[in-house]
Amino acid sequence: MTGSDAPAGFRAEARAWLEANFPPSLAYRNPVPYQNDAAFAEADADWQVWRDRMAAQRWGAPGWPVVYGGAGLDAGDVRILAEEMARIGAFNPMKMTGYTMLGPTLLEYGTDAQKAAHLPGIAAGRVRWCQGFSEPGAGSDLASLQTRCTDEGDHWLVEGQKVWTSGANHADWCFALVRTDTSAKQRGISFLLIDMTTPGVETRPITLISGSSHFCEMFLNAVRVPKDNLVGRINEGWGIAKRLLQFERDSLSEGRGGGASLLPLARERLGVDAQGRIAEPDVRARLIRHAMRVQAYNLTRARIGAGIKAGIPGDAMVPVLKNLGSDVAQDRADLMLELLGEQGLGWTGQGYGETEIEAARQWLHSRAFSIYGGSYEIQNNIAAKRTLGLPDAPVRK
Amino acid sequence: MAVLTEEQALLRDMAAEWVADRAPVTALRRMLHEAPGTGYDPALFADMAAMGWAGILVPEEHGGSDFGFVGVGLILEQLGRTLVASPLLSSGLVGVSALSLGAGAVQQAAWLPRIATGEAVVVLALEEEGRHDPSRIALAATREGEGWRLVGVKAPVPDGMAADAFVVAARVAGDGRDGIGLFLIPSDAPGLSREPLARIDGRGAARLRLDRVTVGDDAMLGGAETGGALLDHILDRGRAGLAAEMLGSATQAFETTIDYLGTRTQFGQLIGSFQALQHRAVGMYAELVLTRSAVEAALAALDADSADAPMLVSLAKALAGETLHRVAREMVQMHGGIGMTEEHDAGLYLKRAAVADATWGSSAFHRERYGRLAGY
Repeated sequence: MTGSDAPAGFRAEARAWLEANFPPSLAYRNPVPYQNDAAFAEADADWQVWRDRMAAQRWGAPGWPVVYGGAGLDAGDVRILAEEMARIGAFNPMKMTGYTMLGPTLLEYGTDAQKAAHLPGIAAGRVRWCQGFSEPGAGSDLASLQTRCTDEGDHWLVEGQKVWTSGANHADWCFALVRTDTSAKQRGISFLLIDMTTPGVETRPITLISGSSHFCEMFLNAVRVPKDNLVGRINEGWGIAKRLLQFERDSLSEGRGGGASLLPLARERLGVDAQGRIAEPDVRARLIRHAMRVQAYNLTRARIGAGIKAGIPGDAMVPVLKNLGSDVAQDRADLMLELLGEQGLGWTGQGYGETEIEAARQWLHSRAFSIYGGSYEIQNNIAAKRTLGLPDAPVRK
Repeated sequence: MAVLTEEQALLRDMAAEWVADRAPVTALRRMLHEAPGTGYDPALFADMAAMGWAGILVPEEHGGSDFGFVGVGLILEQLGRTLVASPLLSSGLVGVSALSLGAGAVQQAAWLPRIATGEAVVVLALEEEGRHDPSRIALAATREGEGWRLVGVKAPVPDGMAADAFVVAARVAGDGRDGIGLFLIPSDAPGLSREPLARIDGRGAARLRLDRVTVGDDAMLGGAETGGALLDHILDRGRAGLAAEMLGSATQAFETTIDYLGTRTQFGQLIGSFQALQHRAVGMYAELVLTRSAVEAALAALDADSADAPMLVSLAKALAGETLHRVAREMVQMHGGIGMTEEHDAGLYLKRAAVADATWGSSAFHRERYGRLAGY
């Protein structure tokens, strides 16, 4: 990259278009609230403008084929577009569950009819998807899931319960793992697309320790699903799910090293000594260590990205990056709380500023980073086996 | 792994092959057993010089290949894998940097071609029997006529027993980082004496005594005002190269340990199947990944002469120190009793970890330096 030199080719095109079309009010805003909370996004007029412009430009799914609502860009141009968005603090408004997880999975496993039916809505940011995987008895051990799906001739009949379904209360569709064979574990699972307006589908938000209700319980009572909504073949859903979880880890390993430097806040709240150093030595040491790890993490993402661009596969790194990302983000939330002291403990209302309340909520929320999308421990299991090639434990009888 | 040019990939492969073939860890054990006065195997270094490595940073007009820091880092990383002892870092990188950044044309012409062929070894004499802190250099250089007189002790001086000349860091004025002068002094200068230091990693090091050594103005590298900045610049190159070497050592220690986890059986199963060990192994791997990113970024920043090079170098050296320490300790621990024996290689990596970490600033030093440079 040539930095401040005048860009050429697609970079010039992307830069000019983004500068003309990205609403400045959204610059450097955290896209996560928009992605997680439909009400939040819909309430923001600029967000809607941005979504519609990106949809018209087809850059919400820049790498997808044109026929499915994408722009058909090659990997190099997709990367350039991302770099140019990052340059001005823009984000992809389509980057939600449907785009990051289901889209790439359907592109690999879906029928032409399924792709044509579902991908354009995702690319335009018009159809919201949720992920019906976890169940009350199937968390880290996902393959033990029990939601039953039986073949009723002209339709599937689904009966069961899902939990931790992000955004289910705002979703239009759900991709779910269901049990089609009780005599096998992994080989009895199928991958099904369920219209959330189908009778028998009910959702209930779960309030988390941070006060947000972005996760839901989802109840499926005698839900009739068309036969065509099965992705891949019956009892072969586990392989598809594993692929989808890779896409999920991919998206979760992105962008945890962001956020403004903690230095100005530290100087303001802790003060500086006669030599201009942060006045509290222990907090200062932690801040320095954090800054170093953030930089090393960002360098790592850039290095692996450059490798992928040059044809060196990065798959093995995904679980490791997910955990490193959780580490730095949780560390940052901890430090924010430390810097704010008593002012970082407000829940609502009087006596606390907006950023102070946000810090407390974010600290609580940050504990989820190492749980969702495959817990810290599950990532380590995957990395031990796939990345390092360590042996499986013998099966206990 | 960084995306390498074809030339760089060739160089790395050549180094890996040479190390496996000519300088496995048994070569270090042989050197430790035979204990040559140099602290490294001269035949191995001659071999390295014949391949052009000793002159890899020397400008072409002085007989080198000027291949850059990413290139020399690739070699040092491979050497680090089997703990190869050689003056490639102390002389080929640090000595050459001192001369090419600070020396005049006459000194460069006198020394650089001979370093490039491996005939001469020129090293930095910096430490004064304490913790690394260039701002506290005390060895005094005082004006005497048209020149300078130096009195004091320098120790440890890496590869100081083999050196043909020293770049001696001395206090010429004031205190702190200002007022440091660098002097190029041949090892046969009157008043200069040395004795070998035996350190835990077994590599060559000397205690240098300067008893009223007098040199002319032309011995000074850079100027009296810029000596401190010049020293930082030289040190940063050495630190980045050392971090690359440490990355190689840590990578090898890790891989050897992973192999052991996949072959050692206890309780009727491979110990690598135990989750407690698996998660620690992944933790080490993650640190290696971060360290590699920092090392490669530091070397690339030196090649580009970019303004953030000092911060990236401190990041790399700090992470390399932490990671090598951690991996070497886990290598001993995960091997159990055998890892504590002299016969096993684990102890060699552990000993090297301590020496390499302390050299040119430990992790603690570089975290502090990074913090200062970043405004904390």
